[in-house]
Amino acid sequence: MLLELKGLEVNYGGIRAVKGIDLEVREGELVCLIGANGAGKSTTLRAVCGLLAARAGSVRYAGADIAGMPVHELPRRGLVMVPEGRGIFGQLTVEENLAMGAFTRSDADIARDLERRYETFPRLKERRGQTAGTLSGGEQQMLAIGRALMARPKLLLLDEPSMGLAPRLVTKIFEIVREIAAQGVTILLVEQNARLALEVASRGYVMESGNLTLAGGSAELLANPKVREAYLGEAAA
Amino acid sequence: MDIFVQQLVNGLTLGAVYAIVALGYTMVYGIIQLINFAHGEVVMIGAMVAFTVINALAAGSMPPLVVVLIGTACAIPVCMLVGYAMERMAYRPLRSAPRLAPLITAIGVSIILQHLAMLVWSRNVMAFPQIIPLTTYGFAGATITSVQLTIVGLCFAMMAGLAALVYRTRLGTAMRATAQNPQVARLMGVDVNRVIAATFIIGAGLGAVAGVMIGTYYGVAQYTMGSVLGLKAFAAAVLGGIGNIPGAMVGGLLLGVVEALGAGYIGDLTDLCRYGLGPEESCADGGHFILFGSNYQDVFAFVVLILVLVFRPSGLLGERVGDRA
Ligand SMILES: Nc1ncnc2c1ncn2[C@@H]1O[C@H](COP(=O)(O)OP(=O)(O)O)[C@@H](O)[C@H]1O
Ligand SMILES: [Mg+2]
Repeated sequence: MLLELKGLEVNYGGIRAVKGIDLEVREGELVCLIGANGAGKSTTLRAVCGLLAARAGSVRYAGADIAGMPVHELPRRGLVMVPEGRGIFGQLTVEENLAMGAFTRSDADIARDLERRYETFPRLKERRGQTAGTLSGGEQQMLAIGRALMARPKLLLLDEPSMGLAPRLVTKIFEIVREIAAQGVTILLVEQNARLALEVASRGYVMESGNLTLAGGSAELLANPKVREAYLGEAAA
Repeated sequence: MDIFVQQLVNGLTLGAVYAIVALGYTMVYGIIQLINFAHGEVVMIGAMVAFTVINALAAGSMPPLVVVLIGTACAIPVCMLVGYAMERMAYRPLRSAPRLAPLITAIGVSIILQHLAMLVWSRNVMAFPQIIPLTTYGFAGATITSVQLTIVGLCFAMMAGLAALVYRTRLGTAMRATAQNPQVARLMGVDVNRVIAATFIIGAGLGAVAGVMIGTYYGVAQYTMGSVLGLKAFAAAVLGGIGNIPGAMVGGLLLGVVEALGAGYIGDLTDLCRYGLGPEESCADGGHFILFGSNYQDVFAFVVLILVLVFRPSGLLGERVGDRA
């Protein structure tokens, strides 16, 4: 098991946003976590990264209890998150953003990895010297993903990578997610776009107001009437 | 126009020092949105430590330049330690407190440091021993001294060094990333606490050198010297755009020039006799009745500060305006 949450609870002040969830991601899997806005998906990811403290429960990653570990320690262990809203450093150049992704590394392959990112995202290469704030939303998302890959993640947490993008770009982002997974990176994908998320993922969890209410294989969830009604925009059969 | 060129030279000298001090304010502000009012005191401590060492060694047989270098070399680590200690003990515990708390704490730290310095060095003015042979060079109708040349050269070298650090190194990139979005910087593996500490330490190191330079320039150092100098450098940082590193450099130089030109001309311009308004007994035979003399020099920094805050709060090079100041 690469990531294992047991009874995870997270509070904002007195408000409980995550109410004791169990979630697992095995090595090599692409798992999605879907749910409506405000369900607690981002809160879950933030707690995994240590940006928020768990009130109860445990977070185990690669065999170690990582609750309470400093946030900056996790990328060194291969746990990397692309935060909701991308978190681009707008006043840094595109290349500097990518370099920040490799901040924890000191090996000789960084330059080669940078070239690889530029092959995947030629637009970023064209704009390597430009400040990242001048990029379009789609380009910023590519940059955010490219930056995360620069850390050579074992487990990649993606928080709504398709948010705010035009449909054509959404398709492109999901293609990229699929490619990254094919390269052997384990992914936990948080999405409101349930259909596309379930199409790329092998398994999924459904989150509703702080609880995981459904879990299962993607095909199974796609066929589930509750999922179809609540998340795929289809009328009840 | 001799006086113009001369004041320009003097202004650039002082302005270069203001710029170095202003960098300490602006770097800290950029990264944690704190105006570290105690930074002026760090500069003062730099001057005091260096003067103590220089006075102790002045009687010896070492060449003057070596003596000054040793004094500076002692001041830098002391100031860095002071900078680190204040961040660690006074500001870090208040990192998530409302903005006003660290600001008031900064004023408190400034008072504490000033009075500690008074206890260590007494209230007396420390004089710089007359060891540096002053060479003067003629230049476009003005004169420039070897001390001035050294100060300007050293300041520009430090500015270039800092720019290289901030814009060309891993630490510098991490500093800028942290300034923009500390949460995401942490997600990239940046230990934000270390970066903030490094910022204080670098600013304090620059401040130490600035303290030695300003002390050498005026030939005196005293435990109170940090207050006005600090406020002027703060004004320079605001003029350039607080949080903006090139802004602090430009703001410092500009403020030095404004101050020097202001001091050079204010007497003439406020001579009531020029306007036929002065009392006759004073103005007779080309006499003067000057309202404000060059001792009003310190006023200009604050006039500039007020004008900037009123008309362009984001400063000359700053972009971010809003609730941040
Ligand atoms: N910083 C915050 N402070 C207080 N409440 C928050 C904060 N962030 C999110 N919440 C609340 O926690 C719940 C879960 O939010 P979130 O995890 O962002 O949902 P999702 O990512 O699934 O849209 C929501 O009710 C939201 O209003
Ligand atoms: Mg969210």
